[in-house]
Amino acid sequence: MSGIVPAPIARQPWQMLFPLFVLIAFGALVLFSAAAGSWEPYASSHVIRFGVFLVMAFVLSRFSRDLAMFFAFPIYVVVLLMLGAVEVIGFVGGGSQRWLDLGFIQLQPSEVMKPAIVLMLARFYATLPVGMVPTWRALIPAGALILTPVALVLLQPDLGTSLAITFGGAMVMFAAGLPLRWFLGAGLAAALLAPLAFFFGLQPYQQKRVFTFLDPESDPLGDGYHITQSKIAIGSGGFSGKGFNEGSQSHLNYLPEPHTDFIFATMAEEWGFVGGLVVLGAFAMILGWGLSVARASTDRFGKLLAFGMTATIFFYVAINLMMVMGLAPVVGIPLPFMSHGGSSMLTNMVCIGSLMMVNRWNRTAPRSGLLR
Amino acid sequence: MRLRKRGRPREVVTQSTLDNAFDRRTFVIGTAMGGLGVLLAARMGYIAIAENEKYELESESNRVNLSLIPPRRGWILDRNGAPLASNRADFRVDIIPERTPDAEATITALANILNLDENQAADIRKRVDDGPGYQPVEIASGISYDQFAAVSVRLPDLPGVVPQRGFSRLYPTGPSVGHLIGYVGTANAEEYAEQDRNPLLVTPGYKIGKDALEKQFEQDLRGIPGARRVEVTASGRIVRELETREDIQGDPVRLTIDGPLQDYAARRIGLESGSVVVMDCESGDLLCMASMPSFDPNSFSQGIGRVEYAMLREDERVPLRNKVLKGLYPPGSTVKPMHCMAFLDAGVKPEETIMCNGGRRIGNRFFNCWSNHGRVDMAKAIYQSCDSYFYHFAQQVGFAKVAEWAHKMGLGEEYPLPVQSQFFGTVPSPEWKQRRHDSAWQPYDTVNSSIGQGYYLTNPLQLAVMSARMATGFKVMPRLRMSDKQPRFEHFDFSPEEIGYVRQAMSDTVNGPGTAGRARLPFEDIKMAGKTGTAQVVSLSVSDGRSGPWKYRDHGLFVFFAPFDRPKYAGAVVIEHGGGSGAAYPIARDVMTFMFDPAKGMQALRALEEQWGGNAQQRLNSKYRAYAAAQGESVPPVPARDEDIFDRVEAEARLAARQPEGLAEESNPSRVDDRTPEEISRSSAAANAEPEQ
Repeated sequence: MSGIVPAPIARQPWQMLFPLFVLIAFGALVLFSAAAGSWEPYASSHVIRFGVFLVMAFVLSRFSRDLAMFFAFPIYVVVLLMLGAVEVIGFVGGGSQRWLDLGFIQLQPSEVMKPAIVLMLARFYATLPVGMVPTWRALIPAGALILTPVALVLLQPDLGTSLAITFGGAMVMFAAGLPLRWFLGAGLAAALLAPLAFFFGLQPYQQKRVFTFLDPESDPLGDGYHITQSKIAIGSGGFSGKGFNEGSQSHLNYLPEPHTDFIFATMAEEWGFVGGLVVLGAFAMILGWGLSVARASTDRFGKLLAFGMTATIFFYVAINLMMVMGLAPVVGIPLPFMSHGGSSMLTNMVCIGSLMMVNRWNRTAPRSGLLR
Repeated sequence: MRLRKRGRPREVVTQSTLDNAFDRRTFVIGTAMGGLGVLLAARMGYIAIAENEKYELESESNRVNLSLIPPRRGWILDRNGAPLASNRADFRVDIIPERTPDAEATITALANILNLDENQAADIRKRVDDGPGYQPVEIASGISYDQFAAVSVRLPDLPGVVPQRGFSRLYPTGPSVGHLIGYVGTANAEEYAEQDRNPLLVTPGYKIGKDALEKQFEQDLRGIPGARRVEVTASGRIVRELETREDIQGDPVRLTIDGPLQDYAARRIGLESGSVVVMDCESGDLLCMASMPSFDPNSFSQGIGRVEYAMLREDERVPLRNKVLKGLYPPGSTVKPMHCMAFLDAGVKPEETIMCNGGRRIGNRFFNCWSNHGRVDMAKAIYQSCDSYFYHFAQQVGFAKVAEWAHKMGLGEEYPLPVQSQFFGTVPSPEWKQRRHDSAWQPYDTVNSSIGQGYYLTNPLQLAVMSARMATGFKVMPRLRMSDKQPRFEHFDFSPEEIGYVRQAMSDTVNGPGTAGRARLPFEDIKMAGKTGTAQVVSLSVSDGRSGPWKYRDHGLFVFFAPFDRPKYAGAVVIEHGGGSGAAYPIARDVMTFMFDPAKGMQALRALEEQWGGNAQQRLNSKYRAYAAAQGESVPPVPARDEDIFDRVEAEARLAARQPEGLAEESNPSRVDDRTPEEISRSSAAANAEPEQ
């Protein structure tokens, strides 16, 4: 990294940015095809949004550690209030609603809550005295911080996002070093409670989704339709796909949501197994970089923040890909950096920005920190 | 603290243990992430590579929709190769109720686009409600290209609506051939189940033969469906055509029917209700089987309207029944010449006479004749239709002998014809009466039967066959399907003199001092022979048979053959409640006139049709309009008939064909069709393909 390339550019985390650009460009191509060979309405706004949020991520990466820690709690509270506002508006408007119209963007507060909860918990554990980690004082406030937004999101109802928030929070708690037996106990309790929650906690439509996930062929034209068509799209792509703009499943509307939740299937139909490996590889590079940032961080806040953000992106990717391949029930979770949609792009770019921020701290901070 | 002492010692947590735990745990999580990534890659490889074939097939079956193209139905041709039933290319719109969430709104929208009136919309709604749902219901056929296009562009808003190009059945002479040919229609649920759920039957636009010859020759006429592979979206919209296999038109069926003669006879029946059968004595070819009043098979084939069907059903003249085969009438005096042949066979000499004193005593009762004929021999008994003569000789030879001959002459018989059903009627005999009514034969049974009354019942086809057999002395078998083979018929053992005697007597009925003087043909050299008949419907105490309520009037019958000395054509005319034979033989005369001289025949018909208010088709149409108006429904005007196809089987066509040579040269194409059925079918395929856009 010397000579020709200017230092400010050479400094950037290219091992993450390069696969990110590949994903965005690939996503734009797939969206181009999903719109039947047109930049409108998906591909162009996808690229523009990415440009805007990339700038935002760079700005975010300039924040200092103190500033980030200072804003953690206010951001959490503001997002929580917005979640409450969605509930109120939904209640007044007489119907469930997930987004707030801020004029320039239709914001889903539940989406923004995913990085916000990570930031909040990272700050909480960073300031928690080390000796208190294995005590209830490490658990109860964190539990309350997680469960409040999860409860609000469940009310919407949005199972997928509430799971994502829980997952992000739990990952931070796990990384923070809370006793392992708690997690094992929680896992056991979840295993016992899951059937109860399934029968009493889930909406009928959600129960149905789980059933159809277990046996999609039982109702190929009804509830199993999404999974069946998605698998047909991926399976018919074969090794190298049907060719750009040649996907019949997406072009003839057999594939539902070809530009959002099922964009991977749209991609796989036209680019085949090879395209799938490119996408998986790009995500592996981004997530691997995220983990390396977390591990390279010298302070607890940075570690937890970077790890939580990486886990949040991972959750999106994993659930979405498992869903389109028929390994998970249909939950409305888009694929980061490829699916069309402002809120998910915002969330994921906030995660990327935070990771870049921690990465910058790592470079400026002393290698071995005596200071926290 | 005490409690804690007894419990587990609290683990020591320091910054470095936390850092270690973080490293350890993130490593585990990272490994898990990597593992999941590998799992996803493997899963994708499995779906996309190992199961590729299966999913590719499913994707293709999603994308490609195979639809059948209904085959064009084979033509039904007359003996000269002119079409009695053909196809007309048209645009049509169907609706599949099952795929229409809001049928009511969709039908209303279609009615607006297609300018359907309330009456038609109500018919469609009824059919949509009654139908099995998966089966398409025709909204309209024969619509213009503009309407077709208008529906096509609105398809996204009209779920379940199928616009298509197709063919509709065309019967150029309409009501004239209704009973003979039958009609076609959409297969119903039972027919679909019967024919092994053949998908062709529920293909929109496909129609099967529903009655008569259309049903009888269904397999010949059907053809082989084509197939069209189209790319469709998930909502069923057609994106493009991939490949098309053309249909193969059904085989033509060539009948022995003479199209123009059939049309002429049907129209000549006019306002009466009855039937005319004409057959070729030498080959048995049925040249004409007209039954009127009839329905218009064109209406039936387009899905007959509620109102029109009600009109036909309510008519006391039963236009839905084929009277040639299913009308049974006492033959009356028309069987007398045949009975004479039975007497001859029994050894009665033609010269033997009896005295008719206005009747005759048989046993201990006196039976009236319709007149006092004085001394009567066989000839006079035929041409004067003296009842007494038949009372006497039937009694003398025994009616079993007469009945035996009636059967030999074709009465009470079914013929091997490709028809749905024939009513074979009754030839009474002592044995029959014992079996059927469990009572003994009485002299008055002989008396009644000897003049074609009593239990005697025949259909017009049997009368025509009887006439042909009597005229030739051969056991002529009627046939309906054209064949070049000249059939050989069994000969009855009558001497030429005996046959000549009866022929002469029957000729005298018309041309001599007989009962049907007005039946004389307007030719010097061609003479028709015949026998009149009047069949009582109710006893004389109810009605005199000539006036009063229509349904109490006598049936008028006439059997004939011509020319009388070398019989070529034979036939029968039966006019229901015509008030006597006077209603029947003028029709026979005109039909035979047309046979030998179309111009003269047409002249007679034109004058009559002017009085009647148009030809059969026109009268049926105006009757329907009047009926519908009475029901408070409006009926659209009858579309103009501009296809030149009509010209070939209408009675007028024969005229054109027989025009003087000079004129024929001016009008370039010959009206006489001398092509083979194959050629016609080929050229019809070309003609049908033409109007496609």
